[in-house]
Amino acid sequence: MVYITRKIEFSASHLYHNPAFSAEENRRIFGKCNNPHGHGHNYVLEVTVAGEPDPQTGMVLDLKELKGILQREIIERMDHRFLNYEVPELAGQIPTCETIASVVWNFLEPKITKGSLHRVRLYETPDLFVDCYRDSTNRSSAR
Amino acid sequence: MKSSNQLKLVLTRRYRFAASHRLHNARFSEEENSRIYGKCSNPYGHGHNYVIEVSLSGPLDHATGMIANLADLDRFVEREVLEDFDHRYLNKELPVFHERVPTSENLCIEIYSRLKSFPSAKLEGIRLEETGLNSVEYSGDKGV
Repeated sequence: MVYITRKIEFSASHLYHNPAFSAEENRRIFGKCNNPHGHGHNYVLEVTVAGEPDPQTGMVLDLKELKGILQREIIERMDHRFLNYEVPELAGQIPTCETIASVVWNFLEPKITKGSLHRVRLYETPDLFVDCYRDSTNRSSAR
Repeated sequence: MKSSNQLKLVLTRRYRFAASHRLHNARFSEEENSRIYGKCSNPYGHGHNYVIEVSLSGPLDHATGMIANLADLDRFVEREVLEDFDHRYLNKELPVFHERVPTSENLCIEIYSRLKSFPSAKLEGIRLEETGLNSVEYSGDKGV
């Protein structure tokens, strides 16, 4: 098995607010992330696909193809957007790194038809990231 | 029990501390220390800018969208590790390293054992960078 990773960046804003909580609870739990007009990050997304290289092309999948998938599925939906309001799949969820990574996984998994999606790693800042995997037992390499 | 098609999420947060250490084992002769540890055995010690990566997993709290609240994690890491490690001479100021050589391996194991009890998520593992060029990972003693 070979693991191939492509990295993209997108910039987006978000805010954390749960209408089921009081204003005080929102402030206590989410801190500055609850500021009402939101704030933004330069997100970095690493997408890792696992597979065997095709004997003819030497490729697990064509990186041009993966680049196109990432452009259509992620960049066009999320880049320079306010995630709470402009990504319907996040409606009703708090757009944390965890939930965004899960939504990214769900966008990408059905589109990766050569090899299989192994890991989505989403950096919200260089010091905070989330890894998303399909929860199975064959998660061997790459934390 | 989780079904096989659920997603597994692992949250990783990076922290930094600066500290000095000396690699030296009193049970070895000076020649042996010098041969084994080289410059790292120089008598007054030397320092590094360490980076700790703390990885947590657990079910997502749908009310918050979080595996763990980062403010809680930050406080916990500050109290359990950074207060003792940052701007210290590890050999002298941490009793555990009076007996154990403060290599990256032993630092990583010590940090893991201090953070294992984080109450609101499971500690998946610790990755410690001594410099940008070398790092150690530890996720508990699971055998090989």
